[in-house]
Amino acid sequence: MKPKIRVEGVYKIFGEDPKGALDALKSGKSKIEIFEETGQTVGVQDVSFEVGEGEIFVVMGLSGSGKSTLVRTFNGLIPPTSGKILIDDDDVASCSAERLRKIRREKITMVFQHFALFPHKTVAENVAYGLKIKGEGAASRRKKALAALEQVGLAAYADSLPGELSGGMQQRVGLARGLATDPQVLLMDEPFGALDPLIRREMQDELLHLQKILKKTIIFITHDLNEALLLGDKIAIMKDGRFVQVGTAQEIVDNPADDYVAAFVADIDRGRVFEASHVVADPVTVEQHEKGAAEKALQLMEEHNRNALYVVDDQKVAGLVTYQELAVAAREEGRTDLAEVMVTDVPVVDQDTPLNELYGAASAGHPIAVTDKRGRLTGVIEVEAVFSQLSGDASEDEYEDEDEATEDGSTPPAEEKATDTAQGGTPR
Amino acid sequence: MISPADFVQIPLDDWVNSFVRDFLVPNFRPAFRAMQVPITEVLARIDSFFHWLPMLVFTVGLTLIADRTAGRGVALFTLVALIFIDMIGLWAETMTTLSMILTSVFFCAVIGIPLGIWSARSDRVLLVVRPILDIMQTIPSFVYLVPIVMLFGVGMVPGIIATIIFALPPIIRLTNLGIRNVRADLIEAAEAFGSTRWQMLWEVQLPLALRTIMAGLNQTLMLALSMVVIAALIGAGGLGLTVYTGLGRLNVGAATTGGIGIVLLAIILDRITQSLGEKKGVQTPSLWQSLRSLFSAGKADAGAQSGKPA
Repeated sequence: MKPKIRVEGVYKIFGEDPKGALDALKSGKSKIEIFEETGQTVGVQDVSFEVGEGEIFVVMGLSGSGKSTLVRTFNGLIPPTSGKILIDDDDVASCSAERLRKIRREKITMVFQHFALFPHKTVAENVAYGLKIKGEGAASRRKKALAALEQVGLAAYADSLPGELSGGMQQRVGLARGLATDPQVLLMDEPFGALDPLIRREMQDELLHLQKILKKTIIFITHDLNEALLLGDKIAIMKDGRFVQVGTAQEIVDNPADDYVAAFVADIDRGRVFEASHVVADPVTVEQHEKGAAEKALQLMEEHNRNALYVVDDQKVAGLVTYQELAVAAREEGRTDLAEVMVTDVPVVDQDTPLNELYGAASAGHPIAVTDKRGRLTGVIEVEAVFSQLSGDASEDEYEDEDEATEDGSTPPAEEKATDTAQGGTPR
Repeated sequence: MISPADFVQIPLDDWVNSFVRDFLVPNFRPAFRAMQVPITEVLARIDSFFHWLPMLVFTVGLTLIADRTAGRGVALFTLVALIFIDMIGLWAETMTTLSMILTSVFFCAVIGIPLGIWSARSDRVLLVVRPILDIMQTIPSFVYLVPIVMLFGVGMVPGIIATIIFALPPIIRLTNLGIRNVRADLIEAAEAFGSTRWQMLWEVQLPLALRTIMAGLNQTLMLALSMVVIAALIGAGGLGLTVYTGLGRLNVGAATTGGIGIVLLAIILDRITQSLGEKKGVQTPSLWQSLRSLFSAGKADAGAQSGKPA
């Protein structure tokens, strides 16, 4: 599939002589050296990536990493010093002012960190701003603005002024304004950075919920790695103006490109990043109404060295038998009907369930059944697997290798690493 | 003692004399005369309107406007002050002065607001404009009265031109300031949605700068009022002339009544224009709404009503 946005070798240098600094940068000088020698500030250096249609691409970095500068090059608010930014086939970096305006009006909108709502306009007028600029009539403008406000649950506040709304509500208006012109691309510059943690969480969920319906291509800027991991289909970690690593949440947590990323990842709640699908094992099952099911079950458990086994009935989960109970029942009472010894109250999850929602299910000590949408058993999660994934043991070896590689070869070229990891990743 | 003047003397006064008398006046007098035409036209309309308007209608009208914009206290003051001015026999002079002031302020706004916008948009323009404004504000007004008389003659219009020169700087400065102070992220937002420069100006910058621009207009108005007496020196009429003739004839009574008239007019105009500026913060009506609330003296409208203090 053709990517919606393709960014190639974007540099942004602030100062009197950006071209000179660009040459110095390309000849291998560092950001600090250039600043000391020429006084030019390197904002973004050599950033390349692609975003597919309907994806959320998160750029995560600390303040000063150049992420806000980068996102502003995508709609031409800050023209890049060199490089290409292709949205479909238009190069935002080099097109005419007229063309750029058209792209901004039709294709790409932005949500700002401090909301940037016009204080002299009502909520509905704010939301309709992009439509007004395009020259839409007052009635259709109002209709579309109300529809956009409806999406974020603020239709009742259409005629209030932004100043009368709370921070979270203001950012909903900002989001509605971004959506009102029905753009294909949404740039979000730390949109939830100025909100309280609780409201932020709520907004993140709401964004994910909206994204399921709207399927916009979103470039999301944040300084919060948890937010990045939660929202991003793909995540780029940015430092000193360049991408250090690009990959899915799991790749970044499992396989940090260097010490810098590793330091970030260390504090992450892995239970939120990984899902049931990352720890699932093939199920070993026995058919409930099979002849000699009990003997077969005992035999299978011995073979696979397991303490419990799922009993299925036409591929659907019927229950769970433990080795202990089955053995006792078979030996002492001679009963061989699985239905009598099987536990029917078993934990069942689907494969997208984050690990941190499995803790309750895992506490019984039984393996957890993973089913598909039609309730068929597709896998089993052993409790040990959850713990080893949470502790990072599962990928210990890989991580060690990566670490050595970075120590040897100083800083790895971010780009190569980025494409490597991006392609090797498992889709969420 | 030796002084540089013993060796070289600069006849600056002669140079200026010959520049103005021998170059500017003979060559450009028609051009300067032509510049007067729009001012004459505007002044004539405003002046004849105010002199035609019956005193009571004007008083009631302005009182209602004051009530709408600045509240009951100012309205009451306006009513009493206008009746007082009429009683001390200065109604016609006050109307003349008012027309002169409004004409000056009108031209200050027409020249100053675009200039202020232009200097807000370009640092280079500001670099040129700022020293000119500094000179306009520091140079004593008497200095340019002479060339004005030589180029434009005497009368109301030259008086207005002197007033414009004197009162123009604040509106330019504050328009510039107001637009430059619009939050950068709002400008960014407007740009990100694809606004043209004109849309940005009209939709975002001007409405948000309006409060500051109104403060500038208020300052310009006050400066224009303070030029009333000086303009009378070159033939402008009205309250300034009353004061000026009172001064010439040592008629302290006439000078005082004229002065009181100027002060009362100043207070009324100041309070009304100030409240126009202040209301933006609380209620932020559009330019059109505030113009409407200023001029719709008779009709009650919700927006203006809520602007009243409780």
